[in-house]
Amino acid sequence: MSNLPLDASATVTAPVCLRPRRASDLPGDDADAGETAAAAVAPRKLAERYSSATAPGAVPTRTYAVHLACRNLFKSYRKGAIGIPVLQGIDLDVHKGEFLAIVGQSGCGKSTLLHLLGTLDQPDAGAVSFEGHRIDDLPATARDLLRNRHFGMIFQFYHLLPELSTLENVLAPALIAEGALGYWLRRSQHRRRALDLLNLVGLSHRAKHKPRELSGGEMQRAAIARALLSRPKVLLADEPTGNLDRSTGEQIMHILGELNRRDGLTIVMVTHDPWIAGQADRTVHLVEGRIQRT
Amino acid sequence: MYKLLLCWRYLRTRYIALVCIISVTLGVATMIVVNSVMAGFTHEMQDRLNGMLGDLIFRSRSLDGVLDADAHMAKIREVAGDAVAGMSPTVHVPALMYLTVGGELMPRQITLVGIDEKTYASVSSFGKYLQHPENRRQLDFSLRDGGYDVVDHQADAAAAKPRSVMKNAGWPWRRYKAMLNRERAEQERLSQRSVAADAQPPVEQTVHTQNPFQSIAAAGSEREPEGREFDPASEQHPGIVLGIGICGFRMPDGTDQFLGLPGDDVKISYPLSVLPVKIASHDYTVVDFYESKMSEYDSNFAFVPLKVLQQNRGLIDPETGVGKFTSIQIKLKPGASAEAVRDRLQNAFPAQFYQVNTWRDEQGPLLAAVHMETMVLNVLLFMIIAVAGFGILAIFYMIVVEKTRDIGILKSLGASGGGVMGIFLGYGLSLGMVGAGAGAGLGLLFVAKINEIADLLARATGQPVFDPSVYYFYRIPTIVEPFTVAWIAAGAVAIAVLASVLPARRAARLHPVRALRYE
Repeated sequence: MSNLPLDASATVTAPVCLRPRRASDLPGDDADAGETAAAAVAPRKLAERYSSATAPGAVPTRTYAVHLACRNLFKSYRKGAIGIPVLQGIDLDVHKGEFLAIVGQSGCGKSTLLHLLGTLDQPDAGAVSFEGHRIDDLPATARDLLRNRHFGMIFQFYHLLPELSTLENVLAPALIAEGALGYWLRRSQHRRRALDLLNLVGLSHRAKHKPRELSGGEMQRAAIARALLSRPKVLLADEPTGNLDRSTGEQIMHILGELNRRDGLTIVMVTHDPWIAGQADRTVHLVEGRIQRT
Repeated sequence: MYKLLLCWRYLRTRYIALVCIISVTLGVATMIVVNSVMAGFTHEMQDRLNGMLGDLIFRSRSLDGVLDADAHMAKIREVAGDAVAGMSPTVHVPALMYLTVGGELMPRQITLVGIDEKTYASVSSFGKYLQHPENRRQLDFSLRDGGYDVVDHQADAAAAKPRSVMKNAGWPWRRYKAMLNRERAEQERLSQRSVAADAQPPVEQTVHTQNPFQSIAAAGSEREPEGREFDPASEQHPGIVLGIGICGFRMPDGTDQFLGLPGDDVKISYPLSVLPVKIASHDYTVVDFYESKMSEYDSNFAFVPLKVLQQNRGLIDPETGVGKFTSIQIKLKPGASAEAVRDRLQNAFPAQFYQVNTWRDEQGPLLAAVHMETMVLNVLLFMIIAVAGFGILAIFYMIVVEKTRDIGILKSLGASGGGVMGIFLGYGLSLGMVGAGAGAGLGLLFVAKINEIADLLARATGQPVFDPSVYYFYRIPTIVEPFTVAWIAAGAVAIAVLASVLPARRAARLHPVRALRYE
């Protein structure tokens, strides 16, 4: 299951160094210190926030092998007076460097689960933890920071900003992370990384184009480049091929597979397509808000 | 950084928002124009009021005045101390003026003011409104030998319509009129002789009784030294300076018509300072016009030498030779508070006999009315901008709804609620700045070209927008106060920002998941 190239030092020669994580990296240690200044400050700040926000003994997952986990997760939506239960007690561990597929029918709650893992939403009950720290009850600013620095997200409908060019879309996480002055000072650095990422997904010739001028596959590749900009620890993919034809979908899956295998990027992907799910290391089935192990 | 970028992109792609900012632009432009014109008018008016009235007016409540200006002035100087820069006694009296127009006597009501020409210039800018350059330097109430302004020296030469008849004014005009009168008298004498030859003796008497002003004419000439004939071609009566509105009027096209010119004689009747009241009439020679461009003054006041008026009205004590005065105009040194000096003087003199006013008190209702007008206009125009604010609010709300998904994306990428709010507040701010900036530019341009625009409108509609016969200015006076412009612009920007608060808050509070799923 976790027979993944955890030590990615061999891949440093790749066009973009997609955050090679050593097995010896401990959560909250200063392994990030060698990286860019922007990325280095954030985890420490976050760690401080974690420690104040973590209820003692809330989540018994302090082993770093488990990267992202949730315990006994409940979520329901309200429609007037009626509550519609979506997730009913989900326990899930995502290991470091793993490519996990969550499969289920429409409406089974897989997207909701992904949103909860990515702190876009908050559970009614249960806990989500990341690198051993509980993250679902963090204050909003800490969750914003977490999404900006540690989670990359891609969506079925790509969700690029129509006003920005492809390059600017890829730069969006850096634009959000930095103030005007900070961005201006590090703009060449950010641009170089964004161009490298566009090159990686084969879109360097489209850098100046607006999203509406791109095809679906190109938009999704741009979205992947955007998700990778801040060197995330986890990539959360919500039906990344759901809107694409089979061959384009395969391209996307190839890129995701490469990122996982070569750079050791942890990927959690939600899909309803068994073939797509088959590309992942591990598949969990979600049926009526509960996990059905295979 | 994304806030700035997205603000900029929204500004460049959402033209509907620019349309809604046009109302802010127009509101700002209108406010700037209105304030500049009102400030121009107010300044012009205050300048002239203060110029004419001096800073303080010390006035006797009696129309006959009180004795001894010098003693009063000494007391005033003692009370007010260093604050006084200059003083000048005057005598004010309502009077009737008879102007000969086309051989007809035309009575007009005026206020006759006796001024001390030596000191009056130190308290009032009266002098600079005169039409002869020498008189502007120093008035001496003697008729000049021509050289009166043909073009209004207070207006810019291109705008003012020349007053060509003024080039004849002065002694040449007086000699010409004297010659005409002599010829007319000669002819009359000849015709009377021929009538007498027809043996109708009482005709001469009838002619005299038919003239109702015969007695006045007789009274006017009674001061002439016995045995010497007054020669109008070489002599003048005491000088009088008439307000230009008394002796003329302005046509709607801006040209001036005159009923008389410097050099003409006028007859003035006023009450003597005796009981039972008697009316006296005296001849005066018009030596100049003054034009303060305050029609209230220009069509009401006539100035004569103080000594002459005191003598003619019997205001001089026959024993001591000391004259009476009705008011003293006081000019204060720069920085002195007119109100404080007024209060000190009012305390020092018995209030039942004397009244002390500042020039603002004198023209209080007028100044207050102008001030009120400006305020009301500002309030109304600001309401218009506020209405524009609601337009911005509605359009912003729609933009937020349209951008719901983008807001979800930004939040999924780690943008905070405050950051998203910042985008829309910044958007409102930049729209407000664009609108206010464009409005300020437009308004200032309008103010700079206001006269050309007025001319254009007048030509297009056939109706003068700014009727010089009403306002006495040839051009619309404007003053741009940078502080006012800044306030108006800041107010408009604030309204735009306030209008974007509600939509921005909605954007900030959008749930990321719901926003992402928004169709």
